[in-house]
Amino acid sequence: MNKESALLAYVTRLGDNALVLGQRMVEQVAAYPELEEELANANFALDYIGQARMFYSYAGELEGQGRGEDDFAFLRDENEFGNLLLLEQPNGHFGDSITRLVLFELFYLAQLEALARCDDVRLAEIAARAEKEIRYHLRHNTQWLVRLGDGTEESHCRVQASVNNLWQYTGEMFGADNVDTIVEKAWSGPSLERLEERWRSDINAILINATLSKPENDGMVSGGKAGRHSEHLGYMIAEMQYLQRVHPGASW
Amino acid sequence: MTGKEWPLYEVFIRSKSGLSHRHAGSIHAADDQMALDAARDTYTRRSEGVSIWVVRSSQIVASDPAESAAFFEPAEDKIYRHPTFYDMPDGVDNL
Repeated sequence: MNKESALLAYVTRLGDNALVLGQRMVEQVAAYPELEEELANANFALDYIGQARMFYSYAGELEGQGRGEDDFAFLRDENEFGNLLLLEQPNGHFGDSITRLVLFELFYLAQLEALARCDDVRLAEIAARAEKEIRYHLRHNTQWLVRLGDGTEESHCRVQASVNNLWQYTGEMFGADNVDTIVEKAWSGPSLERLEERWRSDINAILINATLSKPENDGMVSGGKAGRHSEHLGYMIAEMQYLQRVHPGASW
Repeated sequence: MTGKEWPLYEVFIRSKSGLSHRHAGSIHAADDQMALDAARDTYTRRSEGVSIWVVRSSQIVASDPAESAAFFEPAEDKIYRHPTFYDMPDGVDNL
């Protein structure tokens, strides 16, 4: 794989992460427990959709075959998506949503910070813009994780279960494949090893603050980056792509 | 949401050009940090501000509408408190 195709694959994956997580959050619009949190969730979801659009548009330019953001979002199959398994897991209760966001955004923010200093100017610009949005999300969501963990007995038990369930998907964030390695070496991209070190110390501090314990089980599942997904992604994509598949090229 | 409602907070926003914070509305939140976040998400979505204050509504001491006559009416006939009451001496263009 040359450095150009690695960059294309990397940018597409960033778009996939943002789109799949954004779509999961959109599914919860109008279902949040409080009006204020409802607004926050919808804002955050739109931040992700906006980031997906920027990554996909750029991927289309890098590819140079005339594909645009919609082609990437709506006309690819499940096995062409390279998002993390963590992000496609079905929604559960509010604590599950908050936990997923903290686990991912702690990684994603560090990834964006590193990308903002990479050698590809466009990617660095997009990352710098996304970084500001995610920094706020993380602040908001971390406060919630601490509030729930250090809250009532029920909220503590439920959010501890969320952490235990989702923990198995966190290892995939740091498993470097060919694409990660080439982007790190050839474009001065993030070192996943360094991101993992930072993530571990940050998540430990947050869990302690939230009086939650780190799951003992370190068994990890992965495959999303390589297009091997859990059974959940197919259903999500089917719903998301329905309109474009049935009425190709339909627009407002 | 079952049980008690979260306390009410009043939100004050200072806009980019504005000099002082202005009342923007109110939100419900369980604590001060949550109130600040909710205010940001609710009232500054369209770049309305550069600074936010939140305060528990219960902490605001307000005048009593029933006493508005005693509070505000005496000011109504004190026209000498307005600068326009005074004649400007000739030759003074700006004051």
